[in-house]
Amino acid sequence: MVKPILKEHLINRDWCKGCGICVAFCPKNVLELDKDEKVFAARPEDCICCKQCELRCPDLAIEILTE
Amino acid sequence: MAVKDYIRERFFPHIWCQGCGHGIVMNAMLRAIDSLAMSKNEIVMVSGIGCSSRISGYLDFHTLHTLHGRALAFATGVKMSLPALNIIVPMGDGDALAIGGNHFIHAARRNIDLTAIVMNNRIYGMTGGQFSPLSGFGTKETTAPYGNIDHTFDISALSIAAGATFVARTTAYHVQQLTELIKSGILHEGFSVIEVMSQCPTYFGRKNKLGGAVEMLRQFKEITTPKGSKAKQANPELIERGILHQTEQPEYCNSYEQMTALAQKGK
Repeated sequence: MVKPILKEHLINRDWCKGCGICVAFCPKNVLELDKDEKVFAARPEDCICCKQCELRCPDLAIEILTE
Repeated sequence: MAVKDYIRERFFPHIWCQGCGHGIVMNAMLRAIDSLAMSKNEIVMVSGIGCSSRISGYLDFHTLHTLHGRALAFATGVKMSLPALNIIVPMGDGDALAIGGNHFIHAARRNIDLTAIVMNNRIYGMTGGQFSPLSGFGTKETTAPYGNIDHTFDISALSIAAGATFVARTTAYHVQQLTELIKSGILHEGFSVIEVMSQCPTYFGRKNKLGGAVEMLRQFKEITTPKGSKAKQANPELIERGILHQTEQPEYCNSYEQMTALAQKGK
């Protein structure tokens, strides 16, 4: 299988409720919550595109776009 | 097709609380439907009342938001009149097994081809955290501040005993398995029950000091094990995940059709 290459973390800030599920279950510790308790990709270069965040988001607020 | 193509975006962000497990179930359900490459027109989503039942409003299928506990009765009506459609019935634990308990066991007994997804968060969230039949002995709720003295149902054992031909269980933590089980449930011909242990951090988590959504999800990982695992033999307290029961029985709509043909032919 070809290793997926990250294009971007598409985050819908209006839908994110800051529950932190994606932050907690990211195996590479890529995500963090900002001062408004919205998720952002703090270390996108570490992302392995496993989509654990996207699959577990209760708010459909994060999507991993790959090339 | 992406997951977002199946939702009614105008109703988002949804009303569920921060970290609610029902959103994860909805997410997995959409991925299951997407991977089956089903058209929106062949799916009917019928729900009752409660947090979980709000799901039908958010999804862009044929949807019915019906009476409390009566979703399976409405779904039976839809399926009987248009058997070609795939009917998915998302329900909460209280909706399915308290208010709709009788509809639930009889839908299972008839083996009508519906997919019931029971999101078990062990509480009535929408109305303020009253205990449900799935809360469990000793747990705390708004209406049981000193501890609940009611024992729970085992949804899966109840469904098997009532005659459901596909019974599975997983949690909101195990999302890949959840998607696969929903897919199998939809494809199974007969009454399918998928119990999903879901977290309510707002009421059940807070009242029972289980932490937030993240801690509750971690707990699902710790207290469950795949069906037939060695861990279960070592620790019988663990809750089994996976397809717990699957069997073939005549499906209700098929039987009805055959009976109609027989009756029309005369003796």
